Amino acid sequence: MIYESSWQAVAIFFLFVGFTLGFSFWLGRKAKSSEGYFAAHGQIPWFVNGIAFAGDYLSAASFLGICGMIAFYGYDGFLYSIGYLAGWIVALFVVAEPMKRLGKFTFADALDSQFNSRGIKLAAGISTLVVSIFYLIPQMVGAGALVTPLLGFEQWVGVVMVGTVVIMIVVTAGMVSTTWVQFLKGGLLVVFSAILTWMILDRGLEVADGGADGHRFVSLTVANSDFTNDDGIIGTLQKTEVLPAEGGWEKAKESFVRLKNSDTSAVSVWLARRASDQPDADWLLSEAQTLTKTSDGKKLVNGQVKGTKKGEPELHPVGYLTELPGGLQKTGPLSAIDFFRTLQQSKVVLWRNEKLTHPDGSETTVYFPKVTPGGQVLRPGEHPTFRGIRSEKFTDKINFLSLMLALFCGTASLPHILIRYYTVKDAGSARKSTIVGIASIGFFYVLTLYLGLGAMTSGELDVSDENMSAPLLAKGMNTWLFAAISAIAFTTVLGTVSGLILAAAGAVTHDLLSSVLKWKMSDTEKVRVAKISSVFVGAIAIVLGILFQKMNPTFLVGWAFSVAASANLPSLVMILFWPRVTKQGIVAAIVVGMVSSLTWVLLSGESYSRVYGLDAADAIVPFSQPGILTIPLGFLTLVIVSLLTPPAGKKTPQE
Amino acid sequence: MASGSSRYGLILFTVYLLFYGGFVVINAFAPDSMEKTLLSGLNVAIVYGFALIIGAVVLSAIYGVLCGDVSRTSGDKESQP
Repeated sequence: MIYESSWQAVAIFFLFVGFTLGFSFWLGRKAKSSEGYFAAHGQIPWFVNGIAFAGDYLSAASFLGICGMIAFYGYDGFLYSIGYLAGWIVALFVVAEPMKRLGKFTFADALDSQFNSRGIKLAAGISTLVVSIFYLIPQMVGAGALVTPLLGFEQWVGVVMVGTVVIMIVVTAGMVSTTWVQFLKGGLLVVFSAILTWMILDRGLEVADGGADGHRFVSLTVANSDFTNDDGIIGTLQKTEVLPAEGGWEKAKESFVRLKNSDTSAVSVWLARRASDQPDADWLLSEAQTLTKTSDGKKLVNGQVKGTKKGEPELHPVGYLTELPGGLQKTGPLSAIDFFRTLQQSKVVLWRNEKLTHPDGSETTVYFPKVTPGGQVLRPGEHPTFRGIRSEKFTDKINFLSLMLALFCGTASLPHILIRYYTVKDAGSARKSTIVGIASIGFFYVLTLYLGLGAMTSGELDVSDENMSAPLLAKGMNTWLFAAISAIAFTTVLGTVSGLILAAAGAVTHDLLSSVLKWKMSDTEKVRVAKISSVFVGAIAIVLGILFQKMNPTFLVGWAFSVAASANLPSLVMILFWPRVTKQGIVAAIVVGMVSSLTWVLLSGESYSRVYGLDAADAIVPFSQPGILTIPLGFLTLVIVSLLTPPAGKKTPQE
Repeated sequence: MASGSSRYGLILFTVYLLFYGGFVVINAFAPDSMEKTLLSGLNVAIVYGFALIIGAVVLSAIYGVLCGDVSRTSGDKESQP
């Protein structure tokens, strides 16, 4: 789609980002000690910390990824909402208070509190670094996706912008300002999403045959004999010729038909389906859209050069209903429950795509409509990641169980969430702030289903970019709202990224350099080293964000959760509940969990097809999500190694 | 380790684990039952999904209240660093 920026959007955006930066610098002046830089002196009020949890957690993945997935596939995205929130139960009931009691700055501190072992610091420091970087990728991808429609930049510009701004925030400020900024943004994101949801319900549902740009998608009925005659001319349509399926088109899995107008010689692509099961049944042709990348890098939309301004060739926005219950055309305002009830009995047009390669090296993506009953939209199993639950293959079901397990166990193992337990004064405050976090995050996740389904029926969807669904929904409602939502979402990405970079820098400085390599650093030097490592981590994040820009952030986050849960959770839990743990056990569990889950992810079918561009069927591992094997493997390693090593080196137990 | 708050924590954790586990297992092994209409025109997927989110909030609030009692009766032991 063509994204034109509006001055209101740009103005609000820069105002908001500018304010955030200024605020952050102002707060950052006070944080000179390492205590202040990494842990905000432990002086953040619990309520503020709780909302800041929401700010940290409701990242690009939640807002853009989940809404996008729901908008394109229905209920499936909501499975992530459920899993992400469930993870907080582990964080609250199991991890929160002991983490606060045992540690000082980092997750490694808590693990090492009874042992004083360099091995533990090293392993935990590296795992923090790996998980942070893995988690950074989707945030950067999301940031790029946001900037494109707002300011009209290329995606990589957005990624570089976020990276630079975040590095500035982290270098000048530290945990105090990161927390306050997160508090503001977390709160605003929830409030504005609630406003947007209210507007969706107030608008209700409406039948249409095209999206917001006024283009009406055409359906044709063609007699079977028209396709089977020799001259390739469709008698019922004037001057229309059927092109033979060749030049890459013969390999299409869907049955596409290309029609050529003999006057203008314009070619259009249609999805062909039989009207019934009869052998000579009529064909139903539905208008499709194509995006072709030629081998010399040009982009063609429906066969014409892609435009740069409104009115020139572009992909048409989609997202509409073909049928409402009781033959209604428009429902008017709906209640929160009626919204689902009505949608369940409607028919929605979802757009799917298929990629074809041609002999000359060009690539065509065909986007085609699929009329889907509402009941199917409101059940799990439409998205490729979740389709497995309807398959007969056992590994597909295991993949699903594995993902849901990783989401459940991952939250409590994320470094940027764990460090937030050190910004409050005691275990009770850690608990209370987690409860506030759960309440605000839970409320937001309830809204995601409305936002996603609202986008699905908004007429604003970009068929080529799932991640843009939520911002485009807001754009369809009101330009100012769009500007505000995008600015908040963008700064939320900033905040999450700065939290992650801080966690990574803390691991480098505090765990690796100071504890493992025994660098002697004064307090000010520590802060300076942390700032230098922030710049490096930020630069890595920028590069990876550009490399992975086409992947759904939620999907990437799923992987980060798997790695975090496999590497960190076993030692975190066992050290709290099993007195026989040894330092060798902890080190082994972290290393085995991290290496096994990372290797699995990199060898999975999803990586093959989406990252390396290879055939997913060639992948070495049988399913994509490692959690169900690697999390228990981490526990097992810890237990076995601990039992094989003497329980020596244990200093005064804490409890 | 078995202080009052962590005992409550483990009990509530188990309750939620079963609730969440049930959802995941139904999805994996009986996905069709997710489409069944349950309450006032809403299907199982929506009702169970919302219940999981609201349930998490409710359980965490219960935990907060229970722990509040613990810290009062045991002389606020947890404010020690």
